[in-house]
Amino acid sequence: MLINKRLILAHFWLAFAVFGVALVLGAWQMFVRSPLNAWHFNPELYYRSVTAHGSIMGYVFPTLVAMGFGYAITESALEKPLIGRRWAWAGFWLVAVGAVVAMVPVSLGWASVLYTFYPPMVGNPLYYIGVVLVVVGSWIWVALMSINLAAWKRDNPDKPVPLAMFANVAGSYLWGWTAVGAALEIIFQILPVALGLRSTIDAGLARVFFSWTLHAIVYFWLIPTYIAYYSIFPRAIGGRLYSDAMARISFILFVVVAMPIGVHHLFTDPQVGAGFKFMHSVFTGLVALPTLLTVFTICASAEIASRLRGGRGAFGWVSALPWQNPIMLATAFSLVMLGFGGAGGLINMSYQLDASIHNTQWITGHFHLIFGGAIVIMYFAIAYDLWPHLTGRALESFGLMRTQLWLWFIGMIVTTFPWHYVGILGMPRRMAFYDYSNAAVSPQAFSVTMSAVGGFILLISGVLFLTVLIRGQWAASSEAGAYRFSVPLHMPARIPAALNSFGLWLALMIGLTVVNYGYPIAQLMVLKETNVPAVYVGAGR
Amino acid sequence: MSDQKLFSLRNPWFSTSVGVTVVIAVLATLAGLIWLPLAQPDLKLSGIWDAICSAAGVPRASSQAGSVQADFKTSDVVMTSEMLTRPSQVSIGRGATLAQRCAICHGPQGVSDANSPNLAGQFAAVTYKELNDFKTGARVNVIMTPFAVNMTNQDMLDVAAYYSYLPRVPRSHADAKIPAPLIVTTGAPMRNIAPCGSCHGDIDTKAGSPWLGGQSAVYIKAQLHAFASGTRRNDISQQMRNIARQMTAEEIDQVAHYYEAQP
Repeated sequence: MLINKRLILAHFWLAFAVFGVALVLGAWQMFVRSPLNAWHFNPELYYRSVTAHGSIMGYVFPTLVAMGFGYAITESALEKPLIGRRWAWAGFWLVAVGAVVAMVPVSLGWASVLYTFYPPMVGNPLYYIGVVLVVVGSWIWVALMSINLAAWKRDNPDKPVPLAMFANVAGSYLWGWTAVGAALEIIFQILPVALGLRSTIDAGLARVFFSWTLHAIVYFWLIPTYIAYYSIFPRAIGGRLYSDAMARISFILFVVVAMPIGVHHLFTDPQVGAGFKFMHSVFTGLVALPTLLTVFTICASAEIASRLRGGRGAFGWVSALPWQNPIMLATAFSLVMLGFGGAGGLINMSYQLDASIHNTQWITGHFHLIFGGAIVIMYFAIAYDLWPHLTGRALESFGLMRTQLWLWFIGMIVTTFPWHYVGILGMPRRMAFYDYSNAAVSPQAFSVTMSAVGGFILLISGVLFLTVLIRGQWAASSEAGAYRFSVPLHMPARIPAALNSFGLWLALMIGLTVVNYGYPIAQLMVLKETNVPAVYVGAGR
Repeated sequence: MSDQKLFSLRNPWFSTSVGVTVVIAVLATLAGLIWLPLAQPDLKLSGIWDAICSAAGVPRASSQAGSVQADFKTSDVVMTSEMLTRPSQVSIGRGATLAQRCAICHGPQGVSDANSPNLAGQFAAVTYKELNDFKTGARVNVIMTPFAVNMTNQDMLDVAAYYSYLPRVPRSHADAKIPAPLIVTTGAPMRNIAPCGSCHGDIDTKAGSPWLGGQSAVYIKAQLHAFASGTRRNDISQQMRNIARQMTAEEIDQVAHYYEAQP
C-alpha cells in the first residue's frame, strides 16, 4: 500500500528533471569534442559542463531514485505507512537545496573541478557544501530505512523480512558507509582549503578517501536495478522468482565486498603501496560473484515464466517470453549491457591490464555502459512499473515505451563501444580538445563521431522517456491496485537469521574496510611531507 | 525466525562467512605483501620485513648520489598560489619609493613604450621571482642584474607589492577585437603545448605565470626565442622552455601581437 505518494513522486520527478538537464549537457559534450564541431569556444566551458553532468548523474539523480524507490518499497513491502514522513521530506529538501547550491558555482565557472573533485584543484566552497547537503539528505533516508525495518521486525518477530525491503536496506547501509570516505575528504581536507583556512592539501590522501566512496557508490546506484531484477521483473512477466535465498546472498555479498576495493581506481597512483593494490584487486574480483548469481537467478526466473507460457526446448523458451512487455525488454537490454560492461571491468580490475587503458576513454566508456546503460535503463523500468500506482493513472503508451527503451539500448551501445575502442588506441579522457587533423589522432575521428551520434540517440530516448511520464500525468484515472513484488518459487516459511538481519554483514564490511584501507590512510595521515599547495580553480584576472 | 544465535561459532552461517572472509583476506595479504614482492628480483629486497614495507608503500629516503645537478644556476624561488597575494600598505609605500629607480625603463606608473615589461598590475609573486632570479644569477640581463644584486629580499618584496598595487592601464596598442590564436585557446596537444590562456589568464591563472595582457610584442617575442634557444632558463622545471621549443616562429609572432593588444 502506497500512502505517501506525493513524497515518492517528488523524488522521482526531481530525479528525472535533473537527469534531463544532465543528459543535454552530456550530448553537448559528446558533440563539442568530436570532429563534428569546428573549434570555436572556451575549453573551460567544457569542464564546467563535465562537472555539472557528473555531479548530477553521480550524486543527485541516482540518490533521488534510490530514496524514492526506497520509500515506495518500505510502504508496499512492509504494508504500513512510512515512519518519519517529515524527516523524509526534510531529506528531500536537503538534496534539492544541495543540488542548487552546488550547481550555482559550477554554472559560474567557479568550481570546474569535475565531480570527482581532483584535489589539489580546489573550487568555490559552495560547490562542496552543496554536495555535502545532498549526502546528508540521503543519510536521513539511510536512517529512516533502518528505523522502519526495525519497527516492522519488532511487530513481526516471526516473519522473514520481505526481500525487496531486505535489499533496499542493504543498499542504504552500503551507501551510509561508503559515503563516509568522500565526506571525510570534503569536510576535513577540501573545505578548509576552499574556505581559505589552509593553503595546502594532501592530494594523495584525498584520492584514497575518494576511492573509498567512488567504487562502492556504483553498487549503491546498482542496488535499485538489482531490486527491480529480483522483485519486479519476475512478477511483470508473469513468472516467479527462482530463489529468494540466492537474492539475499547477492545483496549481502554486495554489502560485504563492494567496499574494500576502491584502490583499483588508484593503480597508477604512487601514494598507495603495490601490496594494497593487489588486495583491492582480489576483492574487486569477488564483486563479480553477486552479479553472476544474479544473472543466473534472473535467467532462471525468466525461464520459469516462459515455460508457464508454453515455452519449449533448451533455448526455444527465449522466444516465448513476453517481448512486448517494456519490463521484459528493459531487463534483457540491461543484462546485455551489464555483460559487456562487466567484461570490460575485468580489464580495469587487473593491476597489469589496467595499465593499458588507465585514464583513457575506455574508462569513460566503461562506466557509461554500466551506469548509463545497465543501471539507468532499469530506473526507466522502475518508473514505468511504479507510475500508475503513484499517479492513479495508467501509462498506456507501450509502443512509445518500447521505442524509448530500444533507442536507449542502441544509443548506449553506439556511444560506448567506439568509446572503448578509442581508449584502446590511447585517447586520453578528461580533455576538451583533440586535434583530429593530426596524423596520430585522425584514425580516431570516425569512432568519436559515431560516439557523438550515440549521444544524440540517447538524448532523443531521454525526451521520449519524459514524454511518457508527462503524458501519464494527464491520462484518465484508473485504479492500479496494490503495488506487489515478485513471489519466489518456494516461499520460505523460516529463513536463517543470517539472511534476515545485517549485524554480521555490517561487521564484516567495516572489518574489511579497516584491513584494506586502514594502513594506507593511517600512513598518509602521519606523513607531513605529502601536502601540496592547492590550485584554485576559477577564471580570474 | 530461526532462534539460533547468529554471533556464535556454532552457527554455520557465522562460522562459514567469517571463516571464508578471513581466509581470503589473509591469503590476499600474504600474496600482496610477501609473495608477490619477493617474486620480483628487480626490487632487490633483503627479506620478508623489507618486502612487507616495500609492498605496503612505506616511504624510503632515496639516495641523492645519482641525481643530476644542473651546471648553471637554477631559480630558488618556491611558488605557491597564495604567495604575496596580501601585501601590507607599508610594503607598497616602501616599494613606491624604491621603484623610482625603475621608472626610466618601466615607466613612472609601471607602463612605458620602451619595450621593457609593463609592471603595473603584475602579480607580486611574478615580479618578486624575476628580481630574485636576477639577484641569484638564475636569469641574466646586462641592465637588470646590476640593479638586482644590490637589493635586499625586503626591497624585492616591496617593489613587487608596489607594482601589483598599480592599476593596469589601457595601452596604445589595445585592440580587443583581435581573435585569440588557437595556441592561446587550445594549445597544441600533440606537441605537448598547453593553451597559453590556461596559465596566463583568460582561462585560468596559475601561480608564477605573469599576466601578459598589454606587454610589448617585442619583449614577448624576445623571451620566447630566449626560452627556445636556452639562453633564458630560470623557468621552474623547464615549463616555458619545453613549450617555446615546440612553437613555430609564426605562432610566437601571433601570441606576441595578440597579448600586446589585450588589456
